[in-house]
Amino acid sequence: MQTSPQSRPPAQIRRPDAPPPREGASAADPLLRIRDLHVHFHIKEGVLRQHQATVKAVNALSLDLFAGDVFGLVGESGCGKTTLGRAVVGLAPVTAGEIRFKGRSIVGLEGRAAFERARAIQLIFQDPYASLHPRKTVCDLVGLGLKLHHLAEGYEIDERVLAMLERVGFSIDHMYRYAHEFSGGQRQRIALARALVLHPELLILDEPTSALDVSVQAQILNLLKELQREFRLTYLFISHDLGVVRYMSNRIGVMYLGSMVETGATADIFRQCQHPYTRVLLSSLPSLDPDAPHRGILLEGDPPTPVDPPPGCPFAPRCPEARDRCRSEKPVLAPRADIPTHLTACHFPHLG
Amino acid sequence: MTTVNTEPLLRVEDLKVRFYTLRGVVHALERVRFTLNRQETLGLAGETGCGKSVTARSVLRLIDPPGRIISGRILFEGRDLLTLDEATMRTIRGSQISMIMQEPKMSLNPVIRVGDQIAETLLIHERSLNRRTARARAVDMLAQLGIPDPARVARRYPHELSGGMAQRVMIAMMLVTRPKLLIADEPTSALDVTIQAQILELMKKLVREIETSVLMITHDLGVMAETCDRVAVMYAGEMVETGPVRSVLKNPQHPYTRGLLQTVPDKANPEHPLYSIRGNVPSLLQPPTGCRFAPRCEYAMQRCHEELPPYYHLEGDHQCACFLHAEKAEVARP
Repeated sequence: MQTSPQSRPPAQIRRPDAPPPREGASAADPLLRIRDLHVHFHIKEGVLRQHQATVKAVNALSLDLFAGDVFGLVGESGCGKTTLGRAVVGLAPVTAGEIRFKGRSIVGLEGRAAFERARAIQLIFQDPYASLHPRKTVCDLVGLGLKLHHLAEGYEIDERVLAMLERVGFSIDHMYRYAHEFSGGQRQRIALARALVLHPELLILDEPTSALDVSVQAQILNLLKELQREFRLTYLFISHDLGVVRYMSNRIGVMYLGSMVETGATADIFRQCQHPYTRVLLSSLPSLDPDAPHRGILLEGDPPTPVDPPPGCPFAPRCPEARDRCRSEKPVLAPRADIPTHLTACHFPHLG
Repeated sequence: MTTVNTEPLLRVEDLKVRFYTLRGVVHALERVRFTLNRQETLGLAGETGCGKSVTARSVLRLIDPPGRIISGRILFEGRDLLTLDEATMRTIRGSQISMIMQEPKMSLNPVIRVGDQIAETLLIHERSLNRRTARARAVDMLAQLGIPDPARVARRYPHELSGGMAQRVMIAMMLVTRPKLLIADEPTSALDVTIQAQILELMKKLVREIETSVLMITHDLGVMAETCDRVAVMYAGEMVETGPVRSVLKNPQHPYTRGLLQTVPDKANPEHPLYSIRGNVPSLLQPPTGCRFAPRCEYAMQRCHEELPPYYHLEGDHQCACFLHAEKAEVARP
């Protein structure tokens, strides 16, 4: 595995309470810039482990995330959206490409620098039953970050933890309970408190509500929106639920088999999506209105595996409109003529 | 097949199920009642823990200790399943009533080829069949499900199949005996949306072909809107509202159903907070007396906290257990 050469960034100055100022960066610079990112995993197959294969989880992906954005990343299971999120926090190995956070490369960070990144970029996991330590009290769970990052000491830790717990809807009674005493929605709020107590700038939310019921989901989504405004947060919101993403995000990226196939403002994508895959996804959403049954476009077959994906467009084998060119040449993201912020990776984008 | 039979296929009357745990008695189901007509798809909707799956398992009499069916009747073609002995019940399970589980890979045997698993179902219920014909029928069934190269898929093991393919195999296994009733417990929740669309379409087609009735359990109201003829909404072990899908979704009568429909973010305005039902689902160890939704209900009256509302009969085969209808509607007969 090769990582891109990078200089070690100097340790950042801790400003836990002040909202993060944009250090010398102009407003037009993205908070997070991902360029041509590849995350590949090498696997060995066969009885003798002789056959080598590569799982191309993320393939030549580029993405800009601006401060204050809620970027919704959608796609089906196995499309690489979770791997992308994990690569940003250093939990997945980057094969090639760069990830810049506030202008500094954060690929392959180690030691102190990785530690600083952890404070600035926090991750909320999908399953709140697996992401909270079962033998620690809520106070310990939420306060550990403060202690590790030397943001507070002694009773101050408890005070800050309590303030944050109150913000997400708990009281002092909940401070010394264990994770198993809470429901799924409550656990997800504890996970949020644990992330936010460090005052991160970027929060990666990996399917934060897919383990929850709709009524609890509504509570969590409302809370996420409030917190985003209040703490001036930037979200990378990973989800397979287009309804949730439409409600939450101002920009959307659609992934298929490790590649970004379409990205743009939420309104533009829902009004007039360009990529055939996005159209299929949108049409697969079951309609709540029994009088307007959706005319779903049914796809043939299952999503191909990311082990040695096809050479041309990743979607070509299932695409209802695929032509010869699609099978040989991989399309790159190109802006739409009338709306330059709306990009599509398709040789024959839908312009109807 | 064309005999006029107006008797409903399944009729559940005031089913009450409790679980006797170390922490206390869980009042899992209280007064659950619904009817399922022939060749109809009934959706059982509600959130986690509301008793959807317990209801489904009760129909198959698969409630294990510490759970117990306390009272009620489950009439399947006029016969009360709760009075049958276990041997008779076993001939009904799988041949007349089948069930598709949520996680297809958990319900398939990992060390038996899927074709043989489908054939086994046939061999158990149709003694006259030999192994070879049973295998051939299994392959036929897979072909009917639109699986390319069914003979090859039949020789595969479950781990070699994708989630969507495994669920198709499950459906094949459950429908190969042509049951009269198919219970589908969240058949697509573990699948991606594009695969979900395929599976739902397929189920609709097959159900029409073999003239089966379906009890569809789902927490996804969109899935329900697309597949069901009638729906029953459950809350905390109670059936709160039943009726034709159109009527319930367009004109919900119970405050819980109304709230549930409003929490779905699909069509919500991103500028406004989502509607959310205040409070939490009550513990079924000590369920509220009276209406179980009353502590969270915006319209709750004194009466709601004290007595259990009866089912009121509303226009067009629509029933709702809520005192808000006490003045205008008649109490439905049990």
